[in-house]
Amino acid sequence: MKKMLATAALTAVTLVSGAAQAGDIVRIATEGAYPPWNALNSAGTLEGFEIDLYKDLCLRAKLECTMEQTPWEGIIPSLKAGKFDVIMAGMSITDKRKKKITFTRSYAASPAVFVVDKKSALASFTVGAAKISLANLDEAEQKALDATIAALKGKTIGVQKGTIHLNFLKEYLKSDITIRTYATQEQLDLDLQSGRVDVAFAAMSYWHPLFQKEEGKDFLAIGPGFSEGPFGAGVGLGLRKDDQALADKFSVAINAAIADGTVSKIAMKWFGFDASTK
Amino acid sequence: MDIDIIKESIPAIAQALPVTIALVSISLFFGFFLAVIVALSRLSRHNFLNKPAYIFVYIFRSTPLLIQMFLIYYGSGQFRDELDSIGLWQFFKEPWFCAILSLTLNTGAYTSEIIRGGIQSVSLGLLEAGKACGMSTIQLFRRITFPLAMRQALPGYGNEVILMVKSTSLASTITIMDMTGVYKEISSDYFSPFEPLIIAGAFYLALNYIITIAVSSAEKRLSLETR
Repeated sequence: MKKMLATAALTAVTLVSGAAQAGDIVRIATEGAYPPWNALNSAGTLEGFEIDLYKDLCLRAKLECTMEQTPWEGIIPSLKAGKFDVIMAGMSITDKRKKKITFTRSYAASPAVFVVDKKSALASFTVGAAKISLANLDEAEQKALDATIAALKGKTIGVQKGTIHLNFLKEYLKSDITIRTYATQEQLDLDLQSGRVDVAFAAMSYWHPLFQKEEGKDFLAIGPGFSEGPFGAGVGLGLRKDDQALADKFSVAINAAIADGTVSKIAMKWFGFDASTK
Repeated sequence: MDIDIIKESIPAIAQALPVTIALVSISLFFGFFLAVIVALSRLSRHNFLNKPAYIFVYIFRSTPLLIQMFLIYYGSGQFRDELDSIGLWQFFKEPWFCAILSLTLNTGAYTSEIIRGGIQSVSLGLLEAGKACGMSTIQLFRRITFPLAMRQALPGYGNEVILMVKSTSLASTITIMDMTGVYKEISSDYFSPFEPLIIAGAFYLALNYIITIAVSSAEKRLSLETR
């Protein structure tokens, strides 16, 4: 009897502490509205780069995982409240987020680009640089950044709420543009299509496959691809801070999956380019 | 609880208060005229007036406001070229227009029923008396039916105004930065929904408290006992 009580007490403590234990089912949450990272297909099931990748990672880490859907808005508070154990939703590793949660190493990264309708006057906009890394700008990059900001002056730019892309716009362009924020990327696409916003801003990994589809055939990426600085250090899994051990397990699995080319293969399948981080 | 987030939330949400007030007052203004027209049509003996009014009220009372707003905003975006050809896209392009249109149609439908109830509560004896004094139909409506109907409808209408204040929060789903829109932004900025949420809630409470007082003082002024 005493033993049983002790076991019960131990179980209770484990449940209350909230930290995921070995042998437990690891509940991963994704947004399900950010193709090709994660999205619902026509059959209503989740698919995408991260859906393929989590299965591989869990197999490598010998973890039993489930994947569920949760809204992007409030995804970090929900993690902290213990509604699930891991965020795998194309979330970039930033210093700001690191104050609240811990991250695994990154498994993928994608530059951010501005996108317009092909009929837009901005469609022919080009600058010298193909990409700008905001962490340490050289002279050519600074020039290209200034030219991009000048070209976007007075425009209405749409962006998803709670993203690094919104942070970038606020930091670099706030006084020059009108920002419209959307709960999902799909709503933003509809407004870019109808012309309510002049420009949309999101990751290249999102746009590239969309351009091949009917919904995105009129869209065009303009200017350079942005990375680093407010865009952080690539995309990783987000976990509660007291789950560092589990995060480390996933990091080891990600290392292995990148080393043997699995992440590249899955990235090629979903993005059409190798977005894996070496 | 983070005091710093609360300190930042108060001025940020206060700045969005005029947006919420503008959404409420503009749509209540247009909605009231729409409601009078719809209520009178509903009471008309002519089918070509009362049937469309009935269908309008039925549709807008029986579907969620969020769906109406999404249909008007994202739906109109699908018909951009058609709307452009009749010169309407310039209006539908603006989130403000779509928000006020859907709020106006929605409150118009509810308020029309409140007004209809008020009109129907006016006793026939008063109308007979008016007729006996030689008033025309229009005079009867203006002098007797309408003022009495309004007094009768006031408590119900006050309720509708309060509901409208809360309904405006849905405008944040179509990119308008009202108090709810700002709350969402702060919440996703700090990954902490609780602090801005209580501030936004407090602002809605205060706004509706003022409305409650205004409506009840209007009720007192119009009530029979104190006149």
